[in-house]
Amino acid sequence: MIKSYKTRRQIANGIIYAILAIMGVIWVSPLVWMLLHSFRAEGGSSVHYLLPKEYTFDNYIKLFTETGVINFPRWFLNTLIVAIFSCIISTLSVLMVSYAFSRLRFKARRPLINIGMVIGMFPGFMTMIAIYYLLKAMGLTQTLPALVICYSSGAAIGFQISKGFFDTIPRALDEAATIDGATRNQIFWQIILPMSKPIVVYTVLTAFIGPWTDFILVKIIMGDKIANYTVAIGLQTMASQTYIGTYYTQFLAGATIVAIPISLLFLKMQNYYVEGVTAGGVKG
Amino acid sequence: MKYIDYVQLSPLEKFTHKLSSFFTNLPKHIGNFFSAIGRFFVRLGKGIVNGFSNYGTRFSKGDGATKLSYLVMGSSNIVRGQYIKGGIMLLLEVLYFLFLFTFGFKYLGKFGTLGDTPTQSNMDPVTHRMQRVPGDNSMLILLYGVLTIVVTIVFFVFYIINTKSAYHVQKLSESGHHIPSFQEEMKQFGDEKFHITLLSIPVLLISIFTLLPLVFMICIAFTNYRPPNLAPNNLFTWVGLDTFREVFENKQGANMGSTFLALTEWTIVWAFFATFINYFAGMVVALMINKKGIKYKALWRTLFVITVAVPQFVTLLIMNQMLQLDTGAINILIESMGGQQVNFIGDDPLTAKITVIVVNLWVGIPYTILITSGILMNIPEDLYESARIDGASPARTFFSITLPYMIFVTTPYLITTFINNINNFNVIYLLTNGGPTATEYYQAGHTDLLVTWLFKLTMSTQDYNYAAAIGILVFIVCASLSLITFNVTKSAKDEEAFS
Repeated sequence: MIKSYKTRRQIANGIIYAILAIMGVIWVSPLVWMLLHSFRAEGGSSVHYLLPKEYTFDNYIKLFTETGVINFPRWFLNTLIVAIFSCIISTLSVLMVSYAFSRLRFKARRPLINIGMVIGMFPGFMTMIAIYYLLKAMGLTQTLPALVICYSSGAAIGFQISKGFFDTIPRALDEAATIDGATRNQIFWQIILPMSKPIVVYTVLTAFIGPWTDFILVKIIMGDKIANYTVAIGLQTMASQTYIGTYYTQFLAGATIVAIPISLLFLKMQNYYVEGVTAGGVKG
Repeated sequence: MKYIDYVQLSPLEKFTHKLSSFFTNLPKHIGNFFSAIGRFFVRLGKGIVNGFSNYGTRFSKGDGATKLSYLVMGSSNIVRGQYIKGGIMLLLEVLYFLFLFTFGFKYLGKFGTLGDTPTQSNMDPVTHRMQRVPGDNSMLILLYGVLTIVVTIVFFVFYIINTKSAYHVQKLSESGHHIPSFQEEMKQFGDEKFHITLLSIPVLLISIFTLLPLVFMICIAFTNYRPPNLAPNNLFTWVGLDTFREVFENKQGANMGSTFLALTEWTIVWAFFATFINYFAGMVVALMINKKGIKYKALWRTLFVITVAVPQFVTLLIMNQMLQLDTGAINILIESMGGQQVNFIGDDPLTAKITVIVVNLWVGIPYTILITSGILMNIPEDLYESARIDGASPARTFFSITLPYMIFVTTPYLITTFINNINNFNVIYLLTNGGPTATEYYQAGHTDLLVTWLFKLTMSTQDYNYAAAIGILVFIVCASLSLITFNVTKSAKDEEAFS
């Protein structure tokens, strides 16, 4: 059986289309399932059929109005506040540290870079007990500032990606600016930062998304103070044995509400993200 | 091979040459890495010796005011007109000693034993009620002891800066140079000393909230801080390396040792599959999407990438719901197609492990697509052309060109992913929470990774010392893996290639 090159290619492409279509369905269906069931009108816990029989907006409305036990709007607000503050602090400290390590030369540079890398390699939550007692000594446990401190204080450890970016900006720029009489302070704020939009965007977005997705630290710091929960731990609470029976559809609605803005942010910044990850971690 | 020979090679030969030299040089790189560690310690030792000898030289050459600075910080600066700078140094010294006498010594004195007076309950002779007499709190002694040590080290750095500055202004005034005013010195922090301005606050934050807790937890690994020695009611103390020994032992029905070995094995199996299956499968899908003649590339890409975009904890919680017995969507689907329900994550260890790895495919493949797409399109086209002229089949091209090229280019990424998978807390914790339960393990389920076990040991059984020891062991593995790669990779050496 001899086929022309063209037919062979068409068959190959057809197979690829089929595989991609099947995989696409598998990949998207859990999300579609989440979306559909978040509109399910039949209340109660999980149901014994795949597609909801009736659709309603009630789950979303309840999520924002019935705030007795599950105070979703409050959690949302908490997360927003924590995210904004820790975003500002961590972005500044990451950019400052990576700029210093990348473009300034001083004696302690190498040792500090190495120490930073070593610290970054310990399992993060190994230290949470100590952090908890430190915060307790400061009287900050079960408060939102404690979360801001936790998310932003260690952020600078992740300097590598933006350092990789700063490394690629030609040094001739700094030299030219120095000759023109600019101080290093001015070079940083007025020349390098405006040129580094991709990495600034990347740092801002990752710092902003962080608090929306972490649930371990919140759990330890907030303990039983449900009012100060963030959405991640809140949703996990809703999905726990105690609540899932009553709050099943509302849990899905909440998950959808959190997922949509974050996904949009991510889709917008995916190119920056790929650039960031590959800049630091891939051989050129 | 000489450079002139290398330039004349065809692209394919150039590439194979690079690839083979990368692998043949690997042992050398690893050797270099260890000798670099050796050199580092030699340099460190030399630095310390030099530091002390300079410290002595400055003292012997210093005049009265400089010598006084060795005791009363800032005096040399004050004598020579730098009142604010000298005043700040003096204030630092006063504050440090205040801290030491009101706070530090209290804890540092007991640091060696971590406390000797246990909390007791006594009968009050007057009221005849039981009364709690608080004793030493080993945990706080350790935490604040470490804090005092960190503060002392920071103070010591300032002290050395002070002696240097004292001698420096002495020389300036002796040679008749202008002694900079406080304002002039502050200006330097925007220019020559800009790194200090940039680094001071982040380093301070990291020291308090990352480094200090880390040192504390490392110390915990060398104590017996676990039930029944729990602070504040009971004391715990230093036990040297006993904790590490106990982690490998089976003692008193607590199967620490066998649990540790079993979980280590599973962690490595998991990290291996989670890294490499995801990598290969993701790359194949990326190749399919990028193949010439395939339409709607953006649509296919978005379909997959959207699952990366949704926060992981959301998708994993949803997945957990979908995998449930009886009510989970997947089991309903199986049943509606006439199959038997499967208890994916609740019963059989092997089923659960396979399920976790498969679900992780769902999580990880889009991620690989995202990362590798760009690199795949950067593979030099002439490599493929020469292969096509030689009559290579698509499969042969994949295994002989694409795969070696990708592995070559993305080794650092692969190792980083491998390490992240060893520490992949989210997938296991949210999907199975370690289950199905294993009675033969100590506080762990069949799918628990070392890190989730560490978490359970801390949160539920309060075996803090075991958790810390396991954390250190995980760290040693990850650190050696990644230090080797970072030293092997060009990017670490060529950081100034563009400048």
